[in-house]
Amino acid sequence: MTMYGVPSHWRRYKERYRLSGTRCETCGNIYFPPRKVCPHCRREGKPVSMNFSGKGKVYTFSVIRVPSEGFEAYAPYVIGLIQLEEGPKVTTQIVDCSPEEVYIDMPVEVCFRKLREQGKEGIICYGFKFKPTTDAILKK
Amino acid sequence: MSNDLGTLKKSDVAIVGVGITPFGEHWDKGLRELVIEAGFAAASEAGVRGRDIDLMLVGNMSGGMFAGQEHVAALVADFLGLNPTPAVRVEAACASGGVALRQGYLAIASGLNNLVLVGGVEKMTDVGGGWATSVLSGAMDFEWEAYFGATFPGIYSMIARRYMHEYGLTRDQLAKVAVKNHYHGSFNPFAHYRNRITVDDVINSSPVADPLRLLDCSPISDGAACVLLTSAENAKKYTDTPIIIKACEQASGTLTLFDRRDICTIDATIDAANKAYLNSHISPRDVDLLEVHDCFTIAEILALEDLGFCEKGQAGKMYDEGQTYVGATLPVNTDGGLKAAGHPVGATGVKQIVELVKQLRGEAEKGRQVSGAEIGLAQNVGGSGATAVVTILERGD
Repeated sequence: MTMYGVPSHWRRYKERYRLSGTRCETCGNIYFPPRKVCPHCRREGKPVSMNFSGKGKVYTFSVIRVPSEGFEAYAPYVIGLIQLEEGPKVTTQIVDCSPEEVYIDMPVEVCFRKLREQGKEGIICYGFKFKPTTDAILKK
Repeated sequence: MSNDLGTLKKSDVAIVGVGITPFGEHWDKGLRELVIEAGFAAASEAGVRGRDIDLMLVGNMSGGMFAGQEHVAALVADFLGLNPTPAVRVEAACASGGVALRQGYLAIASGLNNLVLVGGVEKMTDVGGGWATSVLSGAMDFEWEAYFGATFPGIYSMIARRYMHEYGLTRDQLAKVAVKNHYHGSFNPFAHYRNRITVDDVINSSPVADPLRLLDCSPISDGAACVLLTSAENAKKYTDTPIIIKACEQASGTLTLFDRRDICTIDATIDAANKAYLNSHISPRDVDLLEVHDCFTIAEILALEDLGFCEKGQAGKMYDEGQTYVGATLPVNTDGGLKAAGHPVGATGVKQIVELVKQLRGEAEKGRQVSGAEIGLAQNVGGSGATAVVTILERGD
């Protein structure tokens, strides 16, 4: 298993732990992950950091049955594109429900979870996942 | 975005030789043997001597991760006996081959090179499936997609699910893409898979990433393909049937799927295609056959729409009507596509060109030759659509 050094995880922890992105003060566009350059305004852009509310809905999803290395213990797991209420989408896992319960437009909220371990010697990676809101499964 | 070479273009570009290895599991061949086989085939066909080649380009996604070998271009030049000819590796994930072709096209069109060998190669079967899945996931955004557990089939499955939701594409229509490609592949001696399959076979194959199943996915293959380029005016020195590159255009899109304007459309394909149509004065209705990037069945559906061969949301119907078979209105992936012919990632973009050249020369095997084919179009995609190359070829005799 390939292991990347601690700094490769550490330099992203704010975005992965808090679900933060960028808002361009020039055009108002919101981006995830954070960008140093606004693709719309480029040099005229003024990107500033912002935190997302953590609320959103499922835009699309898949059930991963053949995982990449490091995710074997979680398979089958649900991976989804979550449309955040602020607009941008993110790719992450949808947890605390069975694959059969997930549906497009399901309301979800962010939670903080372990993403994977990197063997016995590597660090444990954490970050955001999303889970159904309390009434999401009933709505189906 | 600036236009193509414009007034800087010195000459039209012709393909004068092609070569390909069978695609599949080559236990007895490493990366270097694969390229040598395809390179020699291309050079022999054109009667070219190695010393006449003044540039070697090789499309390769990940020699390092799949075979422990970086510096692939130097390896290839050395073992093809081309030293001291400059050799350059070109990487754009699954579009590495297409982008390498375009760099060769530019080198000839600009007048800076006379004879360019463009290869594509991937040696994938020396590693296990879990590792191969990880390596391929490097074609997306590692930190914001793969890191969270997304796999490549997973990304395309999310496209498929959303597309089915928006446009009513059925599971059977999707399966028919693979059924057609395996049918075409059954006539191709170079194809990884030559077995014919049914819709039931596809929808009952093992689930990989719902809603996509094993037979929706292109396989992990070894293989190489090469084409030899020169100027149109020099082409007749090497062949009686030069094939002219009427356009070879490339565009970029967002690396992540989640940043797309519309995940059911690959804008990079649209952008590259529009430039290719504009610069070649060829429109979709002039095209006799297509080679498109069906890494997953859903990708072929998107390709037909993004390239302008049907309205958005309508491609599924073409499969109900059998329109994409050889002998029908729009033959697509006459070699079996990535699905049946195989997908050694760096080789695929060049393989598509090899197939179109064979078709336009009238040299494809019985059962898959498109009769009277004059114009062919290839679309090669990297990742989930961050790179797209669209190439239009025409008979030059």
